[in-house]
Amino acid sequence: MRVKLCALLAIAMTLGMATPSATAQGPVILKVAIVQQIDSMNPFLAVFQSSTEINRLMYDYLTAYAADDQRVTEGLANRWEPSPDKLTWTFTVPEGKKWSDGQLVTAHDVAFTYNLMLNDEVARTANGSFVTNFASVAAPDDRTVVIRTKAPQVTMLALDIPIVPRHVWEKVPSIKDYANDRMPVVGSGPFVLTDHVAGQFIKLKANKNYWRGPAKYDELHFVYFQNSDAAVQALTKGEIDLVNRMAPAQFDSLGDKPGVTRNKAQGRRFVELLINPGAQTRTGEPIGDGHAALKDVRVRRALAQAIDLDALVQRVSLGYAEKGAGLVPPVFGKWHWQPGEQELRKFDPAAANAALDAAGHPRKADGTRFGLRLVGRAGRAYDEQASEYLKRQLGDIGIPLDVRLVSDNQLNEATTVATYDLAFSGWATNVDPDFVLGLHTCAQRPGADGKGGTSDAYFCDATYDQLYARQLSEFDEGKRVEIVKQMQARFYDQVPAVVLAYENALEAYRSDRFARFTTQPAQGGVIMAQNGMWGYYGAEPAGRAAPPSSRGPALAIGGLVLLALVVVGVVVARRRKATAGERE
Amino acid sequence: MRLGVRLWGRLGGAALSLVMVAVLGFFLFRVVPGDPVVSMTRGRPTTAAMQAELRTQFGLDRPLHEQFWNYLTSLLRGDLGTSFTFRRPVSEVILERLGPTLLLVGTSTVIAVGLGLWLGVRAAWRRDSAFDRAATGVSLTLWAVPTFWLGMLLMMATGDLFPSRGMRDTDTAPDFVSQALDVGHHLVLPSLTLVAVVCAEYMLVMRSSLLEEMHAPYLTTARAKGLRDDLVRRRHAVPNAVLPAITLVFLRFGLVVAGAITTETVFSWPGLGLLFYDALTGPDYFLLQGLLVVTAGAVVVMNLLAELLYGVLDPRVKVV
Repeated sequence: MRVKLCALLAIAMTLGMATPSATAQGPVILKVAIVQQIDSMNPFLAVFQSSTEINRLMYDYLTAYAADDQRVTEGLANRWEPSPDKLTWTFTVPEGKKWSDGQLVTAHDVAFTYNLMLNDEVARTANGSFVTNFASVAAPDDRTVVIRTKAPQVTMLALDIPIVPRHVWEKVPSIKDYANDRMPVVGSGPFVLTDHVAGQFIKLKANKNYWRGPAKYDELHFVYFQNSDAAVQALTKGEIDLVNRMAPAQFDSLGDKPGVTRNKAQGRRFVELLINPGAQTRTGEPIGDGHAALKDVRVRRALAQAIDLDALVQRVSLGYAEKGAGLVPPVFGKWHWQPGEQELRKFDPAAANAALDAAGHPRKADGTRFGLRLVGRAGRAYDEQASEYLKRQLGDIGIPLDVRLVSDNQLNEATTVATYDLAFSGWATNVDPDFVLGLHTCAQRPGADGKGGTSDAYFCDATYDQLYARQLSEFDEGKRVEIVKQMQARFYDQVPAVVLAYENALEAYRSDRFARFTTQPAQGGVIMAQNGMWGYYGAEPAGRAAPPSSRGPALAIGGLVLLALVVVGVVVARRRKATAGERE
Repeated sequence: MRLGVRLWGRLGGAALSLVMVAVLGFFLFRVVPGDPVVSMTRGRPTTAAMQAELRTQFGLDRPLHEQFWNYLTSLLRGDLGTSFTFRRPVSEVILERLGPTLLLVGTSTVIAVGLGLWLGVRAAWRRDSAFDRAATGVSLTLWAVPTFWLGMLLMMATGDLFPSRGMRDTDTAPDFVSQALDVGHHLVLPSLTLVAVVCAEYMLVMRSSLLEEMHAPYLTTARAKGLRDDLVRRRHAVPNAVLPAITLVFLRFGLVVAGAITTETVFSWPGLGLLFYDALTGPDYFLLQGLLVVTAGAVVVMNLLAELLYGVLDPRVKVV
């Protein structure tokens, strides 16, 4: 009797499992893999890249970057005008834009958001740098926002601050303790947050009130993966529809997979080799233990000349990168700088050898000049492989490398307190180059207590700083572009770091479920990690006929496994009885 | 009276261990390299003032002895602090992950213990048989295989049959049966990986301790009494041989709470092991401290239980 019951239960479970949980008539869902945790859904506190990407979907900013060419375009405001003295900016919030709960978006929402940040230190946690120069913000009527700045600021159209609804947030007693998880979360972006289970998934629904029109599918789910190999596997199995941050080998492995389309995009990231130029704090005190020889720019230039950047691109990045030069990657076309024939440092070990001799570092009897430490991150394929090439190439000019591949935290610590000679680093850049340029100014070095710095290159150069200040107040874009290029040329010439490569962003999606995605920029752009929400918003389903990954057969097999286990158990039990009987 | 003293002695020992764990937890993770504020804000436009504000929010701007005192007093109140990474109370974050971990590691441990002990008993009873050689060989091979590699291999080998990640799909129907079946479906690969890797431990311990009993005179007596071979094994040999395995089982149950970092990482299973991994990348001091206190506390409590249970399982322990 018990056996029969077990068998019946197993069959019932099998049948239950065989029923697909999501039917073909269900909502069209785009499932995206994310590999980074979400720190907070509160846009004033969220600092992780993954969190800010979700915030971009939930909230509009004052202005946006167009999908096709990344020019500044309409966000919540559709017009803006600086005063003649460039100290007052007037933005117009047009009529007709609504929050996801149906209430109208007004200039008061914008003023409320910025004033909250000006008045509450906690609200400045994530995006405080954008309002540092603000003197006041006011909304004289429903349509007009007036921002007064302390000094002219050219980046006023690059304020990456999510605008929150005043009617919701004015009731929040403490920003610090507010998780912003009252679902559905009221926002103005193309999607509305409806569910978030930490470490598992985030669910958003298309915002039917979105002023550009609702997305062409129903729901957007982000599912959390701790490891990118599993994410790639999940894509090939059809469990997810979109994945990014792939390694070159993973990207290549998807080349012949049916139903999968790859997107090799120009990335926003560059990788660099830091050369400790004699690190100092903001107050001029030496910090760290960089090799003294590296203070000499001639030595730094010689090192840079001995590195074969083409070989690194071809052999380490497997061709999925472009050769490095200036601080702004080529994806941001007008700001990108390439050295002219006069400035270009060609790979030339003989010239590097001669330069080191001239700089007073002749080879010793054993053929070496001086040794250097190279710090990189263990487990990051680029660091592991590139360090081998650098070891050989710098060894050829008499500089043996002591390579130390360490944990992410150890690497961060070494660069934060300048206990390195050479180190791998890299940054993601924005449409406006101010952030990456500002990182390398004297002010970004740490304070006397060794804290508060954001630079890891410890570059401090008066010429560069003067150019930085000039570009920040240059409102003629053509002139500003010129200054930005001069800054990159100066950085290249002084070599506090060698920009090794601009990495491609390697992405792939299920083209049998989603026919196309909007990339930014239109040519060679990315789908995920954009300066905007176009990639997700512009996704077009391949057709409703394609069911959302039916798991029926798989579940049935799961049930069958269970059934098999029960049957084996029953057989063993019966056999055991028989054996006992026979032996008796 | 003597029993009472011994019991209090053991309880006192366990309490002392917990206090030491709490103290160690604070200083151990302060030695982990890296500045949590720098890690959090890297790659964002950040000013020195913003970094200072974050330090103030997390209490990292205070002297170490003050941080330690705050930590101890909060701990006594049951407050484990606020996680930097998740910006929520540590106890809340840990509690949320406890269920998935207990489900995965608990299920796997129960299966591995049952299967391992059964295989161990069978293998020892039929020493040098084909079954013994096959069971020992396969178990040892799986024991030697890296968990990460085995997990990835299973994921690839099973194709579409089982999901690659997590505990449930995002589009499963919300009713209980669908959710339960979905969780069961997701549980298969990670628990199979865990069982395959740790099963050999129990099997080998059980096998070797039973082999030691195989030629004991009391078994001959039992057989002489006319008992079936099956009963001789079950009622006489196994109870005497099972003590070392019980020690191991209790130790393992204590570690259930610690999760299985590698398996949880491979399958993105949202348990405490994965949480530990995420906390270390910060480093998220409060979360790490909380996790250490909870996991080490579980081991201490299970050890205490094991010690108390020995007396029940084997009267000889009481005499000693």
